[in-house]
Amino acid sequence: MSNQAVKMDNQPSLQAPKKIKPSHPKVERWKAFYKQLKKNKMAMAGGAIILFYLILAVAAPVIAPYDPLAIDLGNKLATPSWEHWMGTDDKGRDILSRILYGAQLSLGVGVVSVSIGAFFGIILGLFAGYYGKWIDTFISRFIDVLLAFPGILLALAIISALGPSMINVMIAVGIFSIPTFARIVRGSTLSVKKMEYVDAIRSLGANDFKIIFVHILPNILSPVIVQGTLRLATAILTAAGLSFLGMGAQPPTPEWGAMLSSGRNFLWQAPHLATFPGLAIATIVLGFNLFGDGLRDALDPRLKQ
Amino acid sequence: MNKQDQDVLVVKNLKTHFFTEDKVTKAVDGVDFKVKRGETLGIVGESGCGKSMTSLSIMRLVPSPPGKIVDGEILFKGENLLDKSEEEMRKVRGNEISMIFQEPMTSLNPVYTVGEQIAEAIRIHQNAGKKEAWNKAVDMLKLVGMPSPEKRAKQEPHELSGGMRQRVMIAIALACNPELLIADEPTTALDVTIQAQILDLLKKLQNELGTAIVMITHDLGVVAETCDKVAVMYAGKVVEYTDVDSLFENPKHPYTEGLLNSIPKLDEDVEELQAIRGSVPSPSDLPKGCLFAPRCPYARELCHQSLPDLTEMDGEIKVRCWMHTEEWKREDTPITNDKDQTDSDKGVTLYAAGNS
Amino acid sequence: MFVFIARRIFQMIPVLLGVTLVVFLIMQMVPGDPAVLLAGESASDEQVQQIRSQLGLDEPVVTQYFTYVKNVAQGDLGTSIRTNRPVIDEILTRLPITIELAFWSILVTIVLGLLAGIISATKQYSFSDISLMVVALLGVSLPNFWLGLMLILYFSVKIQIFPVSGWGTFMHVILPALTLGTGGAAIVARMTRSSMLEVIRQDYIRTAKAKGVKERIIVYKHALKNALIPVITVVGLQFGALLGGTVLTETVFAINGIGRLIIDAIRMRDMPVVQGTILVVSIIFVLVNMIVDISYRFLNKRIDLN
Repeated sequence: MSNQAVKMDNQPSLQAPKKIKPSHPKVERWKAFYKQLKKNKMAMAGGAIILFYLILAVAAPVIAPYDPLAIDLGNKLATPSWEHWMGTDDKGRDILSRILYGAQLSLGVGVVSVSIGAFFGIILGLFAGYYGKWIDTFISRFIDVLLAFPGILLALAIISALGPSMINVMIAVGIFSIPTFARIVRGSTLSVKKMEYVDAIRSLGANDFKIIFVHILPNILSPVIVQGTLRLATAILTAAGLSFLGMGAQPPTPEWGAMLSSGRNFLWQAPHLATFPGLAIATIVLGFNLFGDGLRDALDPRLKQ
Repeated sequence: MNKQDQDVLVVKNLKTHFFTEDKVTKAVDGVDFKVKRGETLGIVGESGCGKSMTSLSIMRLVPSPPGKIVDGEILFKGENLLDKSEEEMRKVRGNEISMIFQEPMTSLNPVYTVGEQIAEAIRIHQNAGKKEAWNKAVDMLKLVGMPSPEKRAKQEPHELSGGMRQRVMIAIALACNPELLIADEPTTALDVTIQAQILDLLKKLQNELGTAIVMITHDLGVVAETCDKVAVMYAGKVVEYTDVDSLFENPKHPYTEGLLNSIPKLDEDVEELQAIRGSVPSPSDLPKGCLFAPRCPYARELCHQSLPDLTEMDGEIKVRCWMHTEEWKREDTPITNDKDQTDSDKGVTLYAAGNS
Repeated sequence: MFVFIARRIFQMIPVLLGVTLVVFLIMQMVPGDPAVLLAGESASDEQVQQIRSQLGLDEPVVTQYFTYVKNVAQGDLGTSIRTNRPVIDEILTRLPITIELAFWSILVTIVLGLLAGIISATKQYSFSDISLMVVALLGVSLPNFWLGLMLILYFSVKIQIFPVSGWGTFMHVILPALTLGTGGAAIVARMTRSSMLEVIRQDYIRTAKAKGVKERIIVYKHALKNALIPVITVVGLQFGALLGGTVLTETVFAINGIGRLIIDAIRMRDMPVVQGTILVVSIIFVLVNMIVDISYRFLNKRIDLN
């Protein structure tokens, strides 16, 4: 008897609520998204941290009190003071100025390497998800292989061949980021591909290239953006780690990881040498993590607990 | 035996509200009913009428926050459950009052054997040892008609069918021989043939053990088959409280009437089922007068103005409707909901499946 | 189940082959002639030529790759340019240290992560929940090499309870294990929390409550066992991050494990050692992941069928 029961949720209600005419659905969606994001205090804090560092990085040449490379051996290992807010390093260079210029490097390396990873990852993921069959098998196996290298090791292997430099760090971290993007894009492509509108477009005569890049790609961007933000955190962390190991930026470049590495030798006499660059890395990474988490909650409420 | 002793459960003016950011949802809003020893009370209503929340309130298992029992009394054998501490409540749950749920597929813990899950209830409440509890669990499986109970007890839920799992749930619920069993849509998720088996089993066990049952359902067929008394709920309130025969033969409340009209009857050749037009009002946005007035074919001005009380008619039958009051006779305003609208909605079935 | 295990082992083969291929190709990208590097700057052309044919470097690349795979399969990872010892020996002398470090670190990851996650989940939105999750987010964001330095600064330099560096006693393990395990612990904590919150909402938890089970037992018996299943996968993945992290942690604490072997070899351009070590560590990771996958599948089968 209960089988005859029908949900009544779909019944036409007595009076249809009069709605204000909504603007373009895309605009509406972004408005809703922004409203969600604004509610998330953690995400806003993350965004503020990112913005803060962005400003510092851009304004570094203007606001840095000293030349980040200027050596002043008479004033080396100075503890923080009014002249040098974060003290000076073993060559008498101003640590605050180096941190400010370092923000340029860290953000730059992060953005470039994540862009490399996203570019190749998205293409691989789209192709694997859209074409399926042996192309999918091949790409998925390739991704599995890249993921088989634990953590930073893939980047290290690449650098060991290319030689230590900032450019190579970007390439290595970029390749290290490919699998994450490829996997997410592949999964989303698979689900979008099944939707009716893709069939409809195909029946209108669109070619694969157009379907993939014009119709599928824009629809899977939200997880890519979320992943990109979180991946920026990892990329900055990994790049700093590589420089710390001497595999990236070389002294005297004001790179935070490299600064930490040289500061390490003065942990006893002058702990501030290692403290400030580390704090800088930690806060900027925290910023991207907070913001990425917030984006995920706002763009994909299903994942929210 | 006086009257008090016969009533296992007396619920008076129960109010369970949900408090969310910007609004209060009155899921249960002044519910009264009684259950006598060994008797079955059906609580009937559409999705969202508050029947499941009523049952969770009796168990004091309303998810909190956001839910809270804000008023009323739940007298179990004369003691108010709302006065009990959490510790005391635990001794009641699964021991004196048990509950079975709608979804047998998800109501059992996937990582423990069904035997362990039955034995756990026995060990908690009867101070039994591991071995003793296990043997009792196997006995319970036998009692609920599980074939080869020794073997089944060692299986995990995923190895059993939905009907089997519901039998396990019944075994857990009855393991400590409770005086009251609350069955929240126990057959809704099951195949039709299995539904009948489970209902027969419940009736059989009730006769053997003398358990009183509160049967929560949206299915009037289940009511006809199992219940002695019926409370019809609408938007958090009891609108009609009656015995099962009067319910089917002489429904008093227009809502009850509507429910009955919407069931297909095999012996009558009706082209279209009659639907109750409109839908259940949201518990957070209730109408001012009678809650059913906006959907009621008989509603007059009075109905939209104020909420009628649950008034006693003949015997134990109670109804919450102006039509059965003195005021109604004086009321001469026209019927507000005209017939055309009602007709236009014909053919759409009305009461909803699923829990509330 | 056996079919699944067999299939999973079979699936591992192309991945392992792929790993050898990637390692091989990366080493092909190294500028300069490995034979010259091996023979030394002062070697004559004949000597270089001799080494070249000895190592099969004059063969086509494809043949070289197959020879490489064959050698690897037989446990021959080549010879260290620096010490002239077989690479496999270099690795085997260092591996126990890294395994010990990894063991204690993963213990830190699991114990701290689970504890924090459970406390957070059971007291959702409480002060301890919020502060634990903030700490967890910090834990994810801290560069572990910096954390290591700060731990040394406070516990070894300032209050001097732990040795600064080196290896040998249990006291030596504590700071490196904390350094290496914290990031994973933070991730496990976040995962445990969300998994627990998911499980606590399940119908069977309501059943347990309706049975009169105590809150504490509901959490530790009924919820935890279910909540841990997805956490296992995360722990497996964290093991990978942790293996990679040994490179940094061993550098910070001057521990002579595999991680430092890689770094020293890269600095010395001792390519056979770099190649061999990265390969071995990756194989360990692939194996661990396979075991994790199988156990996840084993534990999850009852849930899959629901």
